[in-house]
Amino acid sequence: MTSDLIQAALYVGLLVAAAIPLGLYMARVFTGDMTFLAPVERAILAPAGVRAGEGQHWTRYALSLIAFNAAGFLVLFLILRFQHLLPLNPQGFDGVPAHLAFNTAISFVTNTNWQSYGGETTLSHLSQMAGLTTQNFVSAASGMAVAVAVARGLSGRQVRTIGNFWSDMVRAVLYVLLPISIVLAVVLIAQGTPQTLAASATATTVEGAQQTLALGPVASQVAIKQLGTNGGGFFNVNSAHPFENPTAISNLLSVLAILVIPVAFCFTYGRMVGDRRQGVALFAAMGIMFVTAFAAVYAAERLGNPLHAAFADPAAGNMEGKEVRFGVVNSALWAVVTTAASNGSVNAMHDSLTPLGGLVAMLNMQLGEIIYGGVGVGLTGMLLFVILTVFLAGLMVGRTPEYLGKKIEAREVKLAALTLMVMPIGVLSFAALAIVAGAAQSSVQDAGPHGLSELLYAYSSATGNNGSAFAGFNANVAWHNTFLGAAMMLGRFGYIIPILAIAGSLAAKKTAPPSAGTFPTHGPVFVVLLVVTVLIVGALTFLPVLALGPIAEHVSMIAGRTF
Amino acid sequence: MTKSTTAEISLFEPRILRAAAIQAFAKLDPRGLVRNPVIFVTALVSVLATILAAREVATVGPNGFIAVQIALWLWFTVLFANFAEAVAEGRGKARADAFRATKASALAKVLVEPARRDVWQGKSLDDVVVDDIILVEAGDTIPTDGEVIDGVASVDESAITGESAPVIRESGGDRSSVTGGTRLVSDWLVVRVTARQGETFLDRMISLVEGAKRQKTPNEIALDILLAGLTLVFLFVVVTLPVFASWSSTEIPVIYLAALFITLIPTTIGGLLSAIGIAGMDRLVKANVIAKSGRAVEAAGDIDVLLLDKTGTITFGNRMADAFEPVPGVSERDLAEAAFLASLADDTPEGKSIVDLGVRKFGLSQQARVGMTFVPFTAQTRMSGVDFADGSSIRKGASDTMLRLVGGAMDMALDAIVRKIAMSGGTPLVVARDGRILGVVHLKDIVKPGIRERFAELRRMGIRTVMITGDNPLTAAAIAAEAGVDDFLAEATPEKKLELIRKEQAEGRLVAMCGDGSNDAPALAQADVGVAMNSGTPAAKEAGNLIDLDSDPTKLIEIVLVGKQLLISRGALTTFSIANDVAKYFAILPALFVTAYPGLGVLDVMGLGTSQSAILSAIIFNALVIVALIPIALKGVRYVPSSASALLSRNLAIYGIGGLIAPFIGIKLIDIIVDLLRLA
Repeated sequence: MTSDLIQAALYVGLLVAAAIPLGLYMARVFTGDMTFLAPVERAILAPAGVRAGEGQHWTRYALSLIAFNAAGFLVLFLILRFQHLLPLNPQGFDGVPAHLAFNTAISFVTNTNWQSYGGETTLSHLSQMAGLTTQNFVSAASGMAVAVAVARGLSGRQVRTIGNFWSDMVRAVLYVLLPISIVLAVVLIAQGTPQTLAASATATTVEGAQQTLALGPVASQVAIKQLGTNGGGFFNVNSAHPFENPTAISNLLSVLAILVIPVAFCFTYGRMVGDRRQGVALFAAMGIMFVTAFAAVYAAERLGNPLHAAFADPAAGNMEGKEVRFGVVNSALWAVVTTAASNGSVNAMHDSLTPLGGLVAMLNMQLGEIIYGGVGVGLTGMLLFVILTVFLAGLMVGRTPEYLGKKIEAREVKLAALTLMVMPIGVLSFAALAIVAGAAQSSVQDAGPHGLSELLYAYSSATGNNGSAFAGFNANVAWHNTFLGAAMMLGRFGYIIPILAIAGSLAAKKTAPPSAGTFPTHGPVFVVLLVVTVLIVGALTFLPVLALGPIAEHVSMIAGRTF
Repeated sequence: MTKSTTAEISLFEPRILRAAAIQAFAKLDPRGLVRNPVIFVTALVSVLATILAAREVATVGPNGFIAVQIALWLWFTVLFANFAEAVAEGRGKARADAFRATKASALAKVLVEPARRDVWQGKSLDDVVVDDIILVEAGDTIPTDGEVIDGVASVDESAITGESAPVIRESGGDRSSVTGGTRLVSDWLVVRVTARQGETFLDRMISLVEGAKRQKTPNEIALDILLAGLTLVFLFVVVTLPVFASWSSTEIPVIYLAALFITLIPTTIGGLLSAIGIAGMDRLVKANVIAKSGRAVEAAGDIDVLLLDKTGTITFGNRMADAFEPVPGVSERDLAEAAFLASLADDTPEGKSIVDLGVRKFGLSQQARVGMTFVPFTAQTRMSGVDFADGSSIRKGASDTMLRLVGGAMDMALDAIVRKIAMSGGTPLVVARDGRILGVVHLKDIVKPGIRERFAELRRMGIRTVMITGDNPLTAAAIAAEAGVDDFLAEATPEKKLELIRKEQAEGRLVAMCGDGSNDAPALAQADVGVAMNSGTPAAKEAGNLIDLDSDPTKLIEIVLVGKQLLISRGALTTFSIANDVAKYFAILPALFVTAYPGLGVLDVMGLGTSQSAILSAIIFNALVIVALIPIALKGVRYVPSSASALLSRNLAIYGIGGLIAPFIGIKLIDIIVDLLRLA
């Protein structure tokens, strides 16, 4: 117990220690103060006719992003469909079926990395490397671009532009994602993660049997899958696989890599809007929810399942679905980190979490992936809640609500209120539709409330652009591949476009200097209010269905009832 | 002077409540309801629930009794919301009716030829157009708003301002505008009509307090959007719920879903929103201020900088004698007596104040002495005084004038006194008798009592005050320090004023000011909140977005408070409304699901009687809370000027945490009664 807490505290300490300098570094990168890679930047952008520093109106910014993502989707879709005709396919895998290719392409373009397939048994090396890994980089970079554009919009003084998408995206890859993931990949290789173009190795087990071990360019994909909050593993079981996550060191580094950029963005943001405290306030609000979520999952897993008491050591907690080498604390930590950060890689099977543990993981996603969230988009998702909170709080102090001196008016409220629909539509409506159509019943593995949880988890994960799954849910059918794909698109662009529109609208506004009558958005009162707003909106939307899923499962488990 | 229109209307004025109860039903007209999305949705659901209940009763279903009750309470929710609006409107109308009663029904005397007053043609008010020239004679009620182009008359404006003393209105200058509904007491006026019918002050005032025609203000629109958004979210929640329930083979009666939906959507704030808006305008009208738009009132709450004219706002209009400062060799009493005598016949406020001070300090006799000839102040001599029959004389005037008179150089002692007075912001008035300087009367701008505290209050609210004065910087600085304003603009001209407003606005601040003269018009128009004095020129009144009928410049501060209170009331009740939902979930969810999962009974923290009584209690609470909050909506949330942080903490504690807790208690109590009455 004590050693568990020390491990968790150590993790938080390392995370913050790494995130602060990274955040300040990123602020310098995106404000154009870092120029050591300028020639490379120019070499990439010039042929496309983009001049660095040429600002775009928010509509052009958003259109560039959509066009780029659409092109990425098309290329990836084609690679997957026709991988059997393309090189680097040593296993001789067939082309991916249309609905799966659609789902997978959307999944990687939207930074979700939902995997309806088993990587090592479906995709060629080319698909994994050129297809998925490329999107792992650029989808993360797209999210980061959104965040810096929004920061610019909020700090802009009556300007029409919010930066240049192409330049932001290239900088995110060149200065941040590429260097860190190279370092991370090298360390992972040193820890034992394979990086090869060979298909597999054959080993002789202790019993003397022949075992085929799937291999491939694993380390490079693992590094960016963590760093870019992508989460799509090379292997089906993701980071529970000893090749993806061979040691305690690799486990710690992975779980750090997942959150480091999202956390760093709080500090980048503070620096970019010229008020460090604003970033710290967001960091604190997210931190409160993160720590609470971890405590809840840890407690739930540590207490375990009373129904197992007869045949498992209760002192070990709930070990079902967990790697013995990671134990309860590292599995719980990973589960919270990966669902908080919209990463979706796992080192334990979430389907086997206790009902309440699973509930927290699910709720992390249903809140809109804003507990640090995905790279860049986690911050902007939180800013949407900030706008709603500021609106309510602003009214309560008797002034037209303002954030960073910008008045929040009908247009901003309309856009922010629009994003409140994303989660209910993506999760509630799509899941209900699946039940009505009968698609849910055939895909879940378990009866009773846990089956409902499996369904909900899938749609929460897709809409939240997370990508992790309750393994009992068979998503690889046409219905779910299609609707999960739609949910991922909704969850990505349903947030990005409104927040860019808000950024554009705020950029054009005057900035009022703060006074004693201005409601301060950096104090503890605001932080608490923000957390409460997030929780109340999330709880009001999802409490009924959670009551029927994990909560019902929990109370039934306590009562000794199984399904 | 008496105020007649600002009479307090009781919150529970039976006449208004009775009319409102009838109005609540009249307002079920869907064309009106649709203006309020949340309540419109509630009405639609009520219709659905009525049909369901009727079917249940017709088929003698098991839920007939409860269904009828739910349908009834849903209708009550709508009616209560209508009632809240109707009460606010009723109070506004009561006030407006008082104004409307004064509107002339008589014919307007339209002059055929402006030059000839004897030929006029009676026109009904509806036919009078802008730029018609009309004649108003003693005893007439002025038919509509206009500008005096000829004549001088005294006008009784008590109908709109409540001031019983008549005021002078004349052509040219700053007192040339007349308001429809006021009455001419003496003489005659020729007036050019400036307002179209339906756009006069009275019409504007009436439209502000009548809900149906009321324009929503920007923040209200934004809030409406948020509430509509939340309603949609809950629509998704409730519509999908039976599907998820079917997973565990639970069937939820549609009427329960309807009840759940209505308790979740923000009906409390939705029902009170328009009442809050109307009541805010009403408070403004009560303060005798007319807003040309609701937008201006909201903007008043956002003000960062307040420009206040020194004269009349910060100080009493006139300088008053404060002390006698004799030069060496002259006694204070001698100086006082000389100044006293020189001022006896002086009608200016300064002169009177010297006499007052003399009486107060030395008990000098007010009786006019024989053989005194008063020498009035003229622009040429720039001094005034008195000549005695014996040939001696006393003169008072500015120091340079007086030095010229006595032909001497400035002596050290006098110079010191004059400087000291000037430094302190006062005006030195030098007194000389028979060519010899006796000393100086210290004339001082007297800062209004209490104004310093007012400014401190504004500072806590984050509002900066800037004093505008024509005085020199030295004088201005001294008064500014004494009054406690944050900044001042000395030697102000209309151009400088305009420039200052533009500068503040460029820095992102919102500026409020008041003014009355035509030369104030550009600044009034430029300011975010411009309060024109009713006594001012039509140009000023046209340029401002608020008009103060009392022509009291300190009113600006009150207007700011009204604006803030309006926003706070909305924010606080919204928070309350949303926080309420938590308890409603704890009442309704276990009631719906406990059959499928008995363990979910743990969510029933209130220990409610039965599933049916839980749902019924929640919907009853939801309806009653609207009624319970009507007084707060009408009076506005209590507003103590303080910093934003302090305000937020206070309102969060009351309306946020209170909103979380109150329904737990309320629903439990209602549930006990429901059980006692065996309603479910």
